[in-house]
Amino acid sequence: MPATYEPIATTTLGSTQNQVDFNTISSAYTDLVLVFNGGLTSTGDIWLRMNSDTGSNYSRTRLTGDGSTAASTRNSATSSIFVSAGTVGATANAIINIQNYSNTTTYKTTVSRFNSSTFAVASVGLWRSTSAITTLSLRADSADTFTSGSTFTLYGIKAA
Amino acid sequence: MQILAAPYKSTAVAAGSFESIATITVGVGGSSSETFSSIPQTYKHLQIRFITRSNGGAYNPTIRFNSDSGANYSWHYLDGNGASATSGSGTSDTSIILASLDGTASTFQVGIIDILDYANTSKYKTIRVLEGVDKNGSGAVDLWSGNWRSTSAISTILLTFSSAQYSQYALYGING
Repeated sequence: MPATYEPIATTTLGSTQNQVDFNTISSAYTDLVLVFNGGLTSTGDIWLRMNSDTGSNYSRTRLTGDGSTAASTRNSATSSIFVSAGTVGATANAIINIQNYSNTTTYKTTVSRFNSSTFAVASVGLWRSTSAITTLSLRADSADTFTSGSTFTLYGIKAA
Repeated sequence: MQILAAPYKSTAVAAGSFESIATITVGVGGSSSETFSSIPQTYKHLQIRFITRSNGGAYNPTIRFNSDSGANYSWHYLDGNGASATSGSGTSDTSIILASLDGTASTFQVGIIDILDYANTSKYKTIRVLEGVDKNGSGAVDLWSGNWRSTSAISTILLTFSSAQYSQYALYGING
């Protein structure tokens, strides 16, 4: 059988950067997986945006554990999907799954994991659009940046 | 930084390490269950990636292996509903619960089921699930674990999603 889990694009930051965009994403896959490994310099918040849509069309429900308390919170009508849980400096990982990203019938739902030295997080996010996803942007808060050396890789998965 | 998503050569995922076995796409009439049968025994692990919407009201979809309807399953979950985190479990059950669906129109739930060492004939089978749905003001994200107390290799998987059109279940094999 042919390989169905393929790296589409990747980057390693040579300097601090506020945002990384994956553009012109092929519709040849069924699902996308965006993998982040790195750190942030200030607030430690990471956000995901689709197709450069800056409207209040996103929401997110998350489950967190910080070593002492399990909790759940929600963001509604935001301008992107909140992925992380405020981790600064230390290396963190995020794996974001985006199922059926190119269909034009349903809203787009993501499930993700975020792990750092201070939090374990599971999240589900929603982009209220039926547009096919062609651009993904992973960004820090406006006053924050990803640290140099942070890596970002986008994978595509093809179903039978 | 702008990255054009052109084909990229990498060894991050070895060629052929993750292969599509079968995909079920639900048509206009919906479905009440989904079955993967004659699963090849040539992989190390299995993964099911799903996007689904209930064809009716609220319910809990389940997974069952090799048509075993005995009380040989158990499961635990950790749930976050946006306000609090809760946990629950079931023991000596006849299947493993995978999620909680509420049938909200136009809202699809997504998830990933990992079935580890499914062809091993020396140990019981353990699965893990990450799934959730967000509806801009409600919803939940869940981590599930499940156990099938059998040493049989898994060759058939029965899912009991009551699925509306556009739901999809894709089974993948992961090489060791």
